[in-house]
Amino acid sequence: MTRLAELKSGKKARIVHMGVKGPAGQRYREMGMICGEKVEIVRVAPLGDPMEIEVKGYNLSLRKEEAELIIVEVMK
Amino acid sequence: MKETTKVALAGNPNVGKTVIFNELTGSKQHVGNWPGVTVEKKVGNFSHKDEEIEVVDLPGTYSLSPYSIDERIARDYIIEEKPDAVVNIVDASNIERNLYLTLQLLEAGANVVVALNMMDEAQKKGMKIDVKKLSEILKAPVIPMVGIKGEGVKELKNAIYEEVKHRREHRHMSMGYGRELEKGIISLEEEMARCPALKKYRHRWLAIKILEGDAEAIKKVSEAGCDDLIKEAKRLRKQFGRKLDEDMETYFADKRYEFVDDILGVVLIKGKKLWSFSDMLDKVLTHKVFGIPIFLAMMWAAFQFTFSVAVPFMDAIDLFFGWLGDIARVSITNPAIQSLVADGIIGGLGSVLIFLPNIFLLFFVLSLMEDSGYLARAAFVMDKAMYRIGLQGKSFVPMLLGFGCNVPAIMATRTIEDRKERLITILVNPLMSCSARLPVYILFAGAFFIGAEGSVIFSMYLMGILLAVLMALLLRKVFFKGKPSPLIMEMPPYRMPTFKSSAIHMWEKGSMFLKKAGSIIFLGVVIIWFLSTYPGGPGSDIETSYVAAIGRWVQPIFAPLGWDWKAAIALVFGFVAKEIVVGAYGTFYGISDADEGSTSLRSELHGAFTPVSAYAYMAFVLIYVPCLATIGVIKSETGSWKWTLFAVAYMMGLAYLVALVITVVGHLLGFA
Repeated sequence: MTRLAELKSGKKARIVHMGVKGPAGQRYREMGMICGEKVEIVRVAPLGDPMEIEVKGYNLSLRKEEAELIIVEVMK
Repeated sequence: MKETTKVALAGNPNVGKTVIFNELTGSKQHVGNWPGVTVEKKVGNFSHKDEEIEVVDLPGTYSLSPYSIDERIARDYIIEEKPDAVVNIVDASNIERNLYLTLQLLEAGANVVVALNMMDEAQKKGMKIDVKKLSEILKAPVIPMVGIKGEGVKELKNAIYEEVKHRREHRHMSMGYGRELEKGIISLEEEMARCPALKKYRHRWLAIKILEGDAEAIKKVSEAGCDDLIKEAKRLRKQFGRKLDEDMETYFADKRYEFVDDILGVVLIKGKKLWSFSDMLDKVLTHKVFGIPIFLAMMWAAFQFTFSVAVPFMDAIDLFFGWLGDIARVSITNPAIQSLVADGIIGGLGSVLIFLPNIFLLFFVLSLMEDSGYLARAAFVMDKAMYRIGLQGKSFVPMLLGFGCNVPAIMATRTIEDRKERLITILVNPLMSCSARLPVYILFAGAFFIGAEGSVIFSMYLMGILLAVLMALLLRKVFFKGKPSPLIMEMPPYRMPTFKSSAIHMWEKGSMFLKKAGSIIFLGVVIIWFLSTYPGGPGSDIETSYVAAIGRWVQPIFAPLGWDWKAAIALVFGFVAKEIVVGAYGTFYGISDADEGSTSLRSELHGAFTPVSAYAYMAFVLIYVPCLATIGVIKSETGSWKWTLFAVAYMMGLAYLVALVITVVGHLLGFA
């Protein structure tokens, strides 16, 4: 099991567990970050944070702080 | 009389909602604020056949479970005001996430018309959408459109017309949440029938919302006095939560996306992922090494454009009002009325309108950046740095613009959704040294720091930035406890901005400024005019005026800093605009046409200041309230006198403190 925050750009993964709680957690889910969903790391910002991922066919950016709480399974 | 037919435009951000709003209503629109908040409300209207239709452009929203003030407004309007139809604008190229909101709108019982926008982009992505089938499944009209080309607008008008003419209740598609949960929903609905106060809401929607644990829906129910319902919902939440082994919120979101998948399985043929122009641009614009330099270069260009192009227009406005004042002086003989009209009213109008070129140009550029999608990248690139001081990426642009003029810079904070982050950005913005302060620096640096003018002036800018960072951290610690809210930001693909949209945006901001902040600025200028003219009346010596009295009265406060009463008076005048400080000194020493470069003025100043007290004075000018216009715009943007007064008070206090520290340290180090 890997944390989303650890992935390098270009990696693909499947969400296994959404650890972000509260209203923000619900918002991430409504934005498509649900269990079983496929995501791809598009890039990391020049200063090392936040990161941009592709999910549900669009691009979303989030900070590593939250990405630490999202557990994924890396796909080949 | 027949009630007006109302239609709301709802949709995710970045789906081309504003473009469609403009296409529908043309020039027949006006901008205001939603009651009680500083979120823009755009209303327009159009007539179609025999129907006059009012269109409300709701703030962009991802879901009917609100996450920001903007989203709460959108939802409340749909739920409470119950418009006759809701036009749900869907980005066809991003249909999967967009349909999430569509399902919620249908669930809430809205009369939905789906405007399937950006069909051209979807096509480019190789997507094929069966519009007819989608409409059959949703049981709602679906109109394919390309908003920026005006394609589909006529069809949309027709569909809206049909919808409001032949309203049919509850004929829309209703998605199920599984047999177990449906039983719970139905039992809650039955219970709800006993609550007449909840009649206006669609029961199924409300039942789902309280099962989801939506705080505001629960509040509505409890206000209606139906606490049994909440208890029952709580019990069901627990029961299902245990059975499903996950939160109810998660379950509902999962189910909705499952349903979206089912729909798309029937209506969508996905394209192959192609390398788009947008991806290519992003490779460069958010590049590890080049990202930040490019961003800074873009900002520099925007800054130059805004503040250099504005100069001739501002000069023209200045000349025009000067000319108008001269006419008034010539044609009015009564000296009291002459001065009121020429210096008070015309001067007041002039000091409001002088900001318009900056505001117009700035919001034109900002609109280009926002519509093109670059603003999201700018926030992405700068987020980490701003996060360190308790802010977020979107705070950077307004801070930078502050170097030009704090007035449009504070107006530019509207892109920040989080209220705390927005307030902090507004409150520290005046510390960014705007261009009006430069003449004061030049005058004093030229008089006291010959040979080191550049470094001394640069130190002022640096001091402003440093103080802004410290204040932001302090405000976070004291008034706005907690961390910045998590970043959940969509990165829309790059799109060609349209001139029309940007021009409309610029016009709206300009008129907003005139309406909201203009009156406060105007009033302030007239008051200062009065205080500087009376009790002696027009033509009397300025040293006998109320302002001079105030200056003498407050001078003892400044005595420890080594400033005389003239310095104090100049600061009072500086309230109107910082550059007036220079002019005020010219008046005191009887030097006509004094400007910051005037050598005679510089030598006069040597009698009144030492290098230490001059440096302290410069720092004070940097920090204390920038100008009346900034105060006006802080009021109109925060919507609160409390925060406005707080801003004024803390800046005065901070200015005094810093000036005092400079004086004490300066003396300790042995400088005079």
